[in-house]
Amino acid sequence: MLQYPITLQTHNFISSPASPEPDTPIPENLTKVTKIVNCKILRDHKIIEKDAIWIQDGKIIDPHKFFWYQKRLPDEVLDAEGLLVAPGFIEAQINGAFGVDFSLPLDHDKYEKGLLKVSRGLLKYGTTSYCPTIVSSSSSVYHKVLSHLKPRAGSAKTGATVLGAHVEGPFINKARHGAHELGVLQASAHNGYKDFKNVYGFEGETPEAQKKLSEEDLNCVKIITCAPELDGVMGTIPDLVKAGITVSVGHSMANISQAEKAVINGATFITHLFNAMPQFHHRDPGVIGLLGSRFDLPRPYYGLICDGIHVHPNSIKIAYDSHPKGAILVTDAMSAMGLLPGSYQLGNMSVTKEDDRVYIEGTDTLAGSVITLDECIRNFIKFTHCSVIEALEAVTLHPASLLGIQESKGVIKPGADADLVFLSDDLFVRRVFVAGEEVDLKAIDAEIIKQF
Amino acid sequence: MRLVIRQDFEAVSYHVAKYVKERIREFAPTASKPFVLGLPTGSSPIGVYRNLVKFHQAGELSFQHIITFNMDEYVGLPRDHPESYHSFMWSNLFKHVDILPENVHILDGNATDLDLECQRYEEKIAAVGGIELFLGGIGPDGHIAFNEPGSSLNSRTRVKTLAYDTIVANARFFDNDITKVPNLALTVGVATVMDAREVCIIITGAHKALALAKCIEEGVNHMWTVSAIQLHPRGMVVCDEDATLELHVKTVNYFKSIEKVHEQLIGSDNVGLQGGVRSWRGNAESTYHQ
Repeated sequence: MLQYPITLQTHNFISSPASPEPDTPIPENLTKVTKIVNCKILRDHKIIEKDAIWIQDGKIIDPHKFFWYQKRLPDEVLDAEGLLVAPGFIEAQINGAFGVDFSLPLDHDKYEKGLLKVSRGLLKYGTTSYCPTIVSSSSSVYHKVLSHLKPRAGSAKTGATVLGAHVEGPFINKARHGAHELGVLQASAHNGYKDFKNVYGFEGETPEAQKKLSEEDLNCVKIITCAPELDGVMGTIPDLVKAGITVSVGHSMANISQAEKAVINGATFITHLFNAMPQFHHRDPGVIGLLGSRFDLPRPYYGLICDGIHVHPNSIKIAYDSHPKGAILVTDAMSAMGLLPGSYQLGNMSVTKEDDRVYIEGTDTLAGSVITLDECIRNFIKFTHCSVIEALEAVTLHPASLLGIQESKGVIKPGADADLVFLSDDLFVRRVFVAGEEVDLKAIDAEIIKQF
Repeated sequence: MRLVIRQDFEAVSYHVAKYVKERIREFAPTASKPFVLGLPTGSSPIGVYRNLVKFHQAGELSFQHIITFNMDEYVGLPRDHPESYHSFMWSNLFKHVDILPENVHILDGNATDLDLECQRYEEKIAAVGGIELFLGGIGPDGHIAFNEPGSSLNSRTRVKTLAYDTIVANARFFDNDITKVPNLALTVGVATVMDAREVCIIITGAHKALALAKCIEEGVNHMWTVSAIQLHPRGMVVCDEDATLELHVKTVNYFKSIEKVHEQLIGSDNVGLQGGVRSWRGNAESTYHQ
């Protein structure tokens, strides 16, 4: 026997919304709409075929809404020729490239020119957003250099988006300084946020003020790498997070409980896991042990320099197997990345660059990493036997989630920026789009060869 | 009325899709003489749409000069709600083909004046010269579109209150929350469908068997609104073997035998798309339409 309830909703037609419905935003203007067909799309942790990508005003749009509200067909249909389309790659740690060193304070115009060169050159490797990384420096260097690195949108002409700087140091441990200059390291941060503010030159007097600047894209620092075991740093981590900055543990001697406390305080990233930190010890796993943490918070993301040199492939696989969703591939590349093989004078260092590595001239000592991000992806799959989807997410979705920009970068979904990379099946970069416009990769190649 | 019986859902879908493709090809639509198609939603036409998309992707069918009118839409549901019929048509058909957005007509369940919307819909159909071919499915209670039992067989596009059974059945798409299910819908009337120059109903599955039997073997009855097809000069029902389970063996044999006669005695090349015989022995030139 059916019971008829009394509570069926009745509609009041006079007050029901006139079409179109208020919640769905409709572009008023008739700007160009591009449809990309014949592609394989990386979306929602899957590779989807027989679908298309629709772009308008530099963003990806929902074709369903476009069809019903704008009532027209796309202006341009691009054939992707069966290539795999992934979101543009996001680089979280890169010190320079093409002969440019971000940590070198040059005069204003020269620095801007260098930044432009790198922003354009990185497009070749599929990187459409990046955090220029500054090694430990004196505060005068930070004050000069960071003003150039406020977030700036990318375009097909001006290159990749600058997301803000990654300042690696100077609040790091002397014992794990890596290639950083000892003289500029800070041993402590007794005054908490004020010390960080004075060294880097933050404009916000308080974390809240800095957060406001972050929201307006005026905060030049996106990621800070620090050693949480230093005096005063652990207690400042919550303030830095409040200021809208991603805090990363790196160049540190922290033991496992100090590392876990840093994560509880708000650190969400580990800078180049395995490098510049104590070796794994089974009774005190240290920073590496964060991959085995079992507290209520999610385990942090971790950067991996995937050149097979900085970290042994087996170690990469162990890290990936223990925490696959946390892997973020980085290059940590230095200024010789992207240059053709040869001898170069970079700053006060003479180097010899070969195809995939760079040595201090006349020695067997590596001068740093020169791997490119797309090569990292191919290596990652080789070292861990992960799927193409997981490897691509390690340079798109994961860094975007780390930096809190996963609604606009690192994903292909309506509302996201139309930064796209077309990859062959063996994951080589074929075509690149920034903000919906195709990049002329040949012109970029010609530029780089010309200048060196 | 023609009753075409095929083996299963896939075969039925293929037959209907091929029929639509051939009809459009024969019609040869142009910008000034578009082909007006009436389209249903629900589980019955999904296979048809899949096949139509395949034909389009193979280059055999273009939707450029096709105007479509859908049968129904819920009232009060946002256009991009995953359960709205706009979303259904988009993801099953329009997304994959080259139809022009201005040629697509679906009732607007969010209009401020619903009665005016229904009236305008009828006017739009008349303005393009009426519907050439109306596809449809039926419900287990024999209803076509949302013309539930008791609907006038002379009805036109209007607002309908949904039956309680329908609301309960639809709750599974709305988080099993009955208060979220729309309880009103805009639907074309029985007469609106029957005004089309040709009507093709798709009936598959054993749960539709009783409805099919009532609609074909018994009288024209407003309790089984699809039975109005008995009065249509060019009606066609395409069904699978499971849907014939409640029909008399005599009925099934009769319709199967007609197809056999077409194939074996007249020759399937000789039979026109709408059942007419192109030529018969004696006079090779003349055409003879049933």
